[in-house]
Amino acid sequence: MPPISLRRRVTDHVMTGVAVLTVALVLLPLFAIFAYLVYKGIGSINLAFLTQTPKPVGEPGGGMANAIVGSMVILAIASFLGVPLGIGAGIFLSEYGRNRYGDIVRFVSDVLNGVPSIVIGIVAYGLVVMRQKHFSALAGGVALAIMMVPTIARTTEQMLLLVPQAIREAAYGLGVSRWRTTLSITLRTATSGVITGVMLAFARVAGETAPLLFTAFGNQFWNWKSDQPTAALSLQIFTYAISPFDEWHRQAWAGALVLIVLIVGAVAAVRIAVRHGTLAGA
Amino acid sequence: MSNQALPRPRFNAPEPEHGPHERESKAALRIEARSAPLLQGKVSEIPDALFGNAMRLCGVAVVALLGLIVYQLVVGSELSWHAFGWKFFAQSDWNPVEDSYGALPFIYGTLVSSLLALVIAIPLSLGVAVFITEMCPTWLRGILSFTTELLAAIPSVVYGLWAIFILVPILREYVQPFLAKTLGWTTLFSGPPYGIGMLAAGVILAIMIIPIISSITREVLTVVPQHQREAALALGATRWEMIRMGVLRNARAGIVGAIILGLGRALGETMAVTMVIGNRPEIAKSLFAPGYTMASVLANEFTEATGDLYLSALIEIGLALFFVTIVVNALARLMVWSVTRGQPARSIV
Repeated sequence: MPPISLRRRVTDHVMTGVAVLTVALVLLPLFAIFAYLVYKGIGSINLAFLTQTPKPVGEPGGGMANAIVGSMVILAIASFLGVPLGIGAGIFLSEYGRNRYGDIVRFVSDVLNGVPSIVIGIVAYGLVVMRQKHFSALAGGVALAIMMVPTIARTTEQMLLLVPQAIREAAYGLGVSRWRTTLSITLRTATSGVITGVMLAFARVAGETAPLLFTAFGNQFWNWKSDQPTAALSLQIFTYAISPFDEWHRQAWAGALVLIVLIVGAVAAVRIAVRHGTLAGA
Repeated sequence: MSNQALPRPRFNAPEPEHGPHERESKAALRIEARSAPLLQGKVSEIPDALFGNAMRLCGVAVVALLGLIVYQLVVGSELSWHAFGWKFFAQSDWNPVEDSYGALPFIYGTLVSSLLALVIAIPLSLGVAVFITEMCPTWLRGILSFTTELLAAIPSVVYGLWAIFILVPILREYVQPFLAKTLGWTTLFSGPPYGIGMLAAGVILAIMIIPIISSITREVLTVVPQHQREAALALGATRWEMIRMGVLRNARAGIVGAIILGLGRALGETMAVTMVIGNRPEIAKSLFAPGYTMASVLANEFTEATGDLYLSALIEIGLALFFVTIVVNALARLMVWSVTRGQPARSIV
């Protein structure tokens, strides 16, 4: 075999070097973001931050307790609306949608996935806020639910398709009806995968700010009614970050750290669920 | 294994359903129908029909959601459409006081910041994808793909926060003076280095879309058949030549799809951009100058829009943004599908 020319060998090494360099360049901001989050955030997190509401400008202290709870309320509403619809659409796609109609729904949900979140906010504003004449947690929940549905539908579909056809046929063979097979056999087998999808969708919308700007709107005080403006962690971070006050900047970092810990925790839980779930290696 | 759900054998009413796949199983249906008398109980068809239709309804609801979005946007923007027509997209005057609205500065800002992001993100994400699929040792592969996907899990507002306090000062102190000195003659990099502006928006967008582009590219690269690589190597190609000729060339359409998908994400990205672009509705030639995007004008002014026409103009910007991202995304999906053969590109966090 003739030896490989020097030029080709050098090109090969150079390109390998370039690839390594790109990886380093991409990982750099990731580490920088996490390092600064921990560095700036950890000093500002204390009991007051987790238990108090925001103080007026100029007063030190205060916290984001109402925003943390508000985020949870909004996310609960979003999950309540979005998860059943998403899973239903996923079941349709995998069990009833192996045809032209399924392709339409599949394509539409992929397209929905790409709709900018701020546009979803406008839609929720028109649907809920205009009718209620109020910014509200419900409106925020509706906006986030709309964002969750396509993600859940597509992952549920993929997970159900991983369940071997033979299992369904075995159930049919025993005289189990189709709906019962779908719910207690197919969906049951794919549970961990479906939960993964739900968690992914949840993690995706948990940090969303844009669709909440004119739906949940934010609130400096405690609010327990779902038809009133509600604080959210991400909104609070945004408001504080663009403010000119050092104290608020400090709290924005703390809020961001709390938000990231919550989301990364969810993603890590997903990874573990996938690895140890029924569908590991499927 | 076939993915088609066989119809449940019907014991009472062996009437075939509609659909292309049912026909194939007619023979099976007949065989099973013969054994039916052995069964004692009767399986009711009603719950099955109810359940099936409920699931179909969920499917229809997804399509209806899209319809609802379009309806809301079209109805909401009617007022502005009647007032300005096509001129809305060609006029650069945005003046709420005089009720005169033109979306051109925002369209310009959205396009320029997204294209800038692509210019930065394409080489980096392709490099990462190639490294992960073709070069890196197996043990590193999982770690690296997890870490890059972690970038996608960071909320937009946290990127914005980081950009305001870390990225913008770095750009102002080091990068912008350097660019002005070396490339200032192009007029792209001229003017006072505020830090905040189009360049900062482009950089933060690039960081945000790299995970999407690289993870979809990675998926596309992994479906390139192994024998393509082996053939290239057998002909004496070096590893890079193998990647260039055997892998990248085969995955072209999918890679372009991944890039367009990244573009779609960049166009609609709101919070991080709003926090660093400067929010000034002007068309400036320099990338150092502040700008404004379609998404950020919505974020900043929607709740403050007092007049009906003002609100309607904002919704029309939303409609335009929606329309552009839909077209871009549909195009990208089709291109990715053409490579991965209908397997959906996995949605990442």
